[in-house]
Amino acid sequence: MSEAYLPDGLPIPVPEPNGLSAPYWEGLRREALMVQRNAKTGVYQFPPQWIAYDTQTFDVEWVEVEPKGVIYSWTRVWHPVHPALADACPYVVVVVELPQAGGVRMLGNLLGDPRQDVVIGAEVECVFEHHPDAAPPFTLAQWRRTAG
Amino acid sequence: MGVGETDYYRHGQAPEPEFKLCLKAILAACEDAGIDPKGIDGFASYSNDRNDPPALAVALGVRELRFSNMQWGGGGGGGAGAVANAAAAIAAGLADCIVVYRALAQGQFGRFGQGPRARTVYGDVALSAPYGQMSPAQWYAPKAMRFMFDHHIGQEALRAIAMASYHHAQANPRAIMYGRPLTEEAYDASRWITEPFHLYDCCQENDGAAALIMTPAERAKDFKQAPSYVLGAAIGAGYRVHSTPAGFATPDLASSHFQTLAPRLYEMAGVGPGDVDVVQAYENFTGGVLMSLVEHGFFAPDEAMDFLKLENLIAPSGKLPLNTSGGNLAECYMHGLELEIEAVRQLRGQSTSQVPSAQVSLTIAGPMVTPVSTVLFGSEAVL
Repeated sequence: MSEAYLPDGLPIPVPEPNGLSAPYWEGLRREALMVQRNAKTGVYQFPPQWIAYDTQTFDVEWVEVEPKGVIYSWTRVWHPVHPALADACPYVVVVVELPQAGGVRMLGNLLGDPRQDVVIGAEVECVFEHHPDAAPPFTLAQWRRTAG
Repeated sequence: MGVGETDYYRHGQAPEPEFKLCLKAILAACEDAGIDPKGIDGFASYSNDRNDPPALAVALGVRELRFSNMQWGGGGGGGAGAVANAAAAIAAGLADCIVVYRALAQGQFGRFGQGPRARTVYGDVALSAPYGQMSPAQWYAPKAMRFMFDHHIGQEALRAIAMASYHHAQANPRAIMYGRPLTEEAYDASRWITEPFHLYDCCQENDGAAALIMTPAERAKDFKQAPSYVLGAAIGAGYRVHSTPAGFATPDLASSHFQTLAPRLYEMAGVGPGDVDVVQAYENFTGGVLMSLVEHGFFAPDEAMDFLKLENLIAPSGKLPLNTSGGNLAECYMHGLELEIEAVRQLRGQSTSQVPSAQVSLTIAGPMVTPVSTVLFGSEAVL
């Protein structure tokens, strides 16, 4: 897909054979950002786990959250460690915190000029980056600075 | 106690197989201690070392194998942990002569700093690798970036840590970077690997092997060298520290994860940070050294820019001589076991950058991973 931030050839994400994170990956394909929540306490968690981090019970549910966040930290990668990235540097990786989901964090790339100033605390919105021609097809949650 | 090392090589350049390197390091440690290798009765290592104790015991003619131990997880974070596990086994009476060892020949096997070549990935790797986040430098950079942001710490602090290692390597003929000094200008001009890490903020990858022999304290004077004693040690991490590559989810992201360990270490050892004469702090990346020194109580985060100046970090005169053999950056990346050996050398007075009358010697293993570990060695004078 031509609109992707990074070139083709990186490892393709798939759910585990046991399906733990399948709701997350299926959600992205239909442009829904899904995270887990403790059904009893309402405490959010990510990455996916079989057990609730707060109460050690197994009644963990999946919920859709508003696809936005703030930049918690970042790095700009200049040295490629994978052949697919040989001509793709620099690129920016951001750690995004989702205040509306209990502060869970996710990784992603910060779309736009890879040499832009990256500002910790800046608001970002999720961009669903579809890879329909991959085998199997997948969608990544990417991030861009919120306009204004 | 005895210590031993092979020659150190650039990664992939060892002229011998890894298992043979491992045997040579152990035999060198036995020679240093003045013991017969057949008398070794235990083995402790970390980071899934490929040379397993049963094979080593057979090869070394070990008469009776009593302890065979692997520190789980944490990569180089297990270096001090392997020493701690050996000390615990000795204190508990499981074994009397344990060798702590690590061997690496990356030409024979794979390298650390390369991304996965699999076509598909799942689990935590799937949450990072598709974004090009797939090497240790990339995983740990955001931790250092956030810590530097929170405490207004500039690149000069990381540079001073790198300069200290290179400075000490110039006195150490074993060091890979011996004869290759680093200047501030060369650091500043060096390429970024991943911000905030320049090339010189990142460890080498090397081939070689290293080993330490440990025995009960009451036997320590039977050996050739002046004994070094384990004063205290700690292994672990705080609340919900995720393994990489899911480290981004760790609530306390901007940490090297020694906050809960350092108080236990000092309490067990009966000393405080002010008593420490010399520090070997594992440089996977300089940002980890920065945070681990803070978490061990040597200075507050907002004092980092004043404390982390080259003159404070070099032997013999600095306030806190750091990585006095050249460390992972400039001596050799023997996964940090060479740092444990240097800590012992300092107590014996055998370092190539000796701290005058060093009595308390600290080694910090593998900051930013989980579990991490840390150990304090002391001379007889501080018992």
